[in-house]
Amino acid sequence: MTVAAAPPALSNAEVARYSRHLIMPEVGMDGQLKLKAASVLCIGAGGLGSPVAMYLAAAGVGRLGIVDFDVVDYSNLQRQVIHGTPDVGRPKLESARDSLQAINPEVHVETHEVALSSGNALEVLGGYDVIVDGTDNFPTRYLVNDACVLLGKPNAYGSIFRFEGQASVFAAKDGPCYRCLYPEPPPPGLVPSCAEGGVLGILPGVVGTIQATEAVKLIMGVGEPLVGRFLVYDALRMRFRELKLRRDPDCPVCGDNPSVTALIDYEQFCGVTPAAPAADSSAGADDDATVEQLKASIDRQDGVFILDVREPQEYQICAIPGSTLIPLGDLPGRLHELAGRGEMIVHCKSGARSAKAVKLLRDAGFAQAKNLRGGILRWIDAVDPSLPKY
Amino acid sequence: MPTRILIPTPLRVYTGKQDVVEAEGGTVGELLANMTDTYTDLRKHLYTDDGRLRSFVAIYVNDDDIRFLDKEATPVKEGDTVSIIPSVAGGRAS
Repeated sequence: MTVAAAPPALSNAEVARYSRHLIMPEVGMDGQLKLKAASVLCIGAGGLGSPVAMYLAAAGVGRLGIVDFDVVDYSNLQRQVIHGTPDVGRPKLESARDSLQAINPEVHVETHEVALSSGNALEVLGGYDVIVDGTDNFPTRYLVNDACVLLGKPNAYGSIFRFEGQASVFAAKDGPCYRCLYPEPPPPGLVPSCAEGGVLGILPGVVGTIQATEAVKLIMGVGEPLVGRFLVYDALRMRFRELKLRRDPDCPVCGDNPSVTALIDYEQFCGVTPAAPAADSSAGADDDATVEQLKASIDRQDGVFILDVREPQEYQICAIPGSTLIPLGDLPGRLHELAGRGEMIVHCKSGARSAKAVKLLRDAGFAQAKNLRGGILRWIDAVDPSLPKY
Repeated sequence: MPTRILIPTPLRVYTGKQDVVEAEGGTVGELLANMTDTYTDLRKHLYTDDGRLRSFVAIYVNDDDIRFLDKEATPVKEGDTVSIIPSVAGGRAS
């Protein structure tokens, strides 16, 4: 971490604000001035980005950048504590800036309302000392990793799913990077997303504060950074485990003979085709039914069988009347319950899981299984707006 | 003597919701083969169609990545814990 030759002194107001830092030998005036001279970029102002940005602002990091292009939604509020109920509908960047300025007006907040891409990542990340990765998708995760390696910037990484979190510091000098652990991303659809799986609202608070802690340590040069170590947190068992991470000499990005020396197309790398939804592309229009067709079918009382492949918790929130619940994961073992069924309309929340179910059903001989396009969300929009959306 | 294998949250749907399963085997490869014989749905999540361990799943014996030991030939002994550490996208719902 380079500090300006003549770091600015703290004002009396700043001394008062940071006094609990200043009296600690590990921070002191030197450490606090390093924080003030430092810059950190938070990728994402969501679950992880919220505690990261709030604590780094409170700690007195001089310049705090945030990348996001999303709008605050009600479903964010359970965990994205930088945003409040009155912020619903506002750009996350505006809401985050207000929160951070309220916490500490001394901090210079920079907002980047962009979707990070190969075209802009080096420029955006290049302006900061430490990068904090709070992204929610694989293409951006690999993009941030590779950009950090190419720029030589440490990356305080965090990731969350349900009750489980991961944290590490990647791309530090001589340390491993994300690709040393995971050279390639999973194919789309093989790993459930948080949208399917959910996440404990407090979990990003724990993981994000670990990321913020590491950022502050890196800036001040104190302690043992989480480099070469991978922290796995299980909130249900309340247990932290530490795994060894090594730099892979054959790593395509940070190895001895890297094959990736410039940013690549990460959507393609992760097998994500931007326009296509997660639905199985082999499922043509014949496999689909619309919510209007389903409604007409129900009104005709023609005995159409409606199969809901969501989880029981989701069924509890809202369901299409008369539907039968068999979660996708249980379906292979419960096919016998469907024996003799002719036409059946299969649905989930928005159509991805039910597309998998329809493929599975057709492979098992249920030729008349059809996927309800748009899932129950479309049903709510078009047929029954009285049901709650989640 | 069976070895404990810790199953991460995203894969528990394939182990009947269990977070720990037990399997017999003298090496990591044998253990995983025996485990996926019992929990067949796990197989495609751990292995590619041509039988290689997938590169977005890390396998640890205690706190060490088997890729830096003897890979699937890494021996397991009594009391070892094997962990499956998958990559997680994390974050908000999309």
